[in-house]
Amino acid sequence: MYKKRFDGRAFNELRPISAKAGIIKRADGSAMFKIGDTIAYAAVYGPRDLYPKFLKDPEKGILRCNYNMMPFSGSGDRVRPGPSRRSRELSLVIEKALLPVVDLSDFPNSVVDVFIEYPQTDAGSRCAGICAAAMALADAGIAMKDLVVAVSVGRVDDQLVVDLNYDEEAYEDGPVADIPVAMIPSTGEISLLQMDGEVSKEDLLRAIGMMKEVAGKIYDVQKAALKEKYTKGE
Amino acid sequence: MSQLLVQEKEIVVPGETIAEGMDYIPSKGMYRSGEQVKSAHVGLVYIEGKVLKLVPLSGRYLPKRGDSVIAKVTDITMNGWIMDINSAYSAMLPLKDATPEYVEKGADLTKYFTFGDLVFCKISNVTSQNLVDLSLRGPGLRKLNGGRALKIAPSKVPRLVGKQGSMVSMIKKYTQCQIIVGQNGLVWLQGEPEQELLTIDTIRLVEQRSHLSGLTDYISNYLAEKCGPLSDEQHNEQVNDDVQETI
Repeated sequence: MYKKRFDGRAFNELRPISAKAGIIKRADGSAMFKIGDTIAYAAVYGPRDLYPKFLKDPEKGILRCNYNMMPFSGSGDRVRPGPSRRSRELSLVIEKALLPVVDLSDFPNSVVDVFIEYPQTDAGSRCAGICAAAMALADAGIAMKDLVVAVSVGRVDDQLVVDLNYDEEAYEDGPVADIPVAMIPSTGEISLLQMDGEVSKEDLLRAIGMMKEVAGKIYDVQKAALKEKYTKGE
Repeated sequence: MSQLLVQEKEIVVPGETIAEGMDYIPSKGMYRSGEQVKSAHVGLVYIEGKVLKLVPLSGRYLPKRGDSVIAKVTDITMNGWIMDINSAYSAMLPLKDATPEYVEKGADLTKYFTFGDLVFCKISNVTSQNLVDLSLRGPGLRKLNGGRALKIAPSKVPRLVGKQGSMVSMIKKYTQCQIIVGQNGLVWLQGEPEQELLTIDTIRLVEQRSHLSGLTDYISNYLAEKCGPLSDEQHNEQVNDDVQETI
């Protein structure tokens, strides 16, 4: 029985969130998204010329994401720098989660590069990365249908919870399911759904429902951060 | 019933609903989803009757035929130069559009423009695949020697130029600097070193406050404070640069 969460949150409560847009001056667009102890920085460069040439798409621009955890970002063990099987996969799913909203048809043969870096992680990094990347893309002025919000949901033992932290993911006295979900807030469409663990169909649907309930809170933070950047100077 | 959900000059983010109902007409940078009009950029909303306009606050420069831009030489080919125009695409300046002189086949083109040179030129053509051609044929188009160059957001260029070039000519009058504004967000200026610095500060200020009203007054007060009020002579002086800025 998982009666009380390790950090004392309610079962449908997110960790504290903060966000900021435009933190990397040299990038065309950038954002920081922090949820609990997970911090994601996203920097967007482009649209710009794409090399190697064979990757070019003459019909529309392409999106290229790169997920990277800094060596000191984990729980204490050094994260080996450089690409790994895991970071390659996460780069890909983040890209797929963002693609439905970005419109690069005005920029054929070009690329938009998104670099997502993590100075500190405590589970839910791909979701934090998606939130940061969506804001950074908007900050870079790329045409988008909407932002993307993402948060993981799941079950710890017999309890459905929102936004698992690492302690919950590593819960040992019962089964755990970690389900990262990304959603396009205006339509409710889901652009990322993965799962690690085991869960029944009913619980999965209920968990996604819980995600939809809290998505608005994340969206509000993203929106406010973007607006804040541009109202500065008054 | 149609209903507007934002106010004039309000900042919107992608996906934010600007208006509901079919009575409002979206323009560039917005899209319709069902009955709603939504934004596709971070930008400011302007309402002109039933037409909604969105001015993006960021974004890359999209090359357009007829624009005057400041380009930088990145490569030299057999028959011209490859130039960086601060957009997603590089541009080509063919030799025949760059100089009226006869140039021998295989001549060394670096004697005209070499790597890193800034050239104020015009976009003569843009194809559907965004291959950009440049030209130096036109009044005021030339190589930019010396001076300083800085980048501003391309979306803020119209504010820096002002109506009929009012903002930039005001800055010129006060600082006595030559200023050339490229539509691609590159600004080149030349003058006395201290005045150059002041001009850069002023341009940054314009960029920062571009979405606020009363910008022209604010900038003229700022400049008057820094360089003292304009003498009558300066006031009536026509800024007769060889360059005519376009909006």
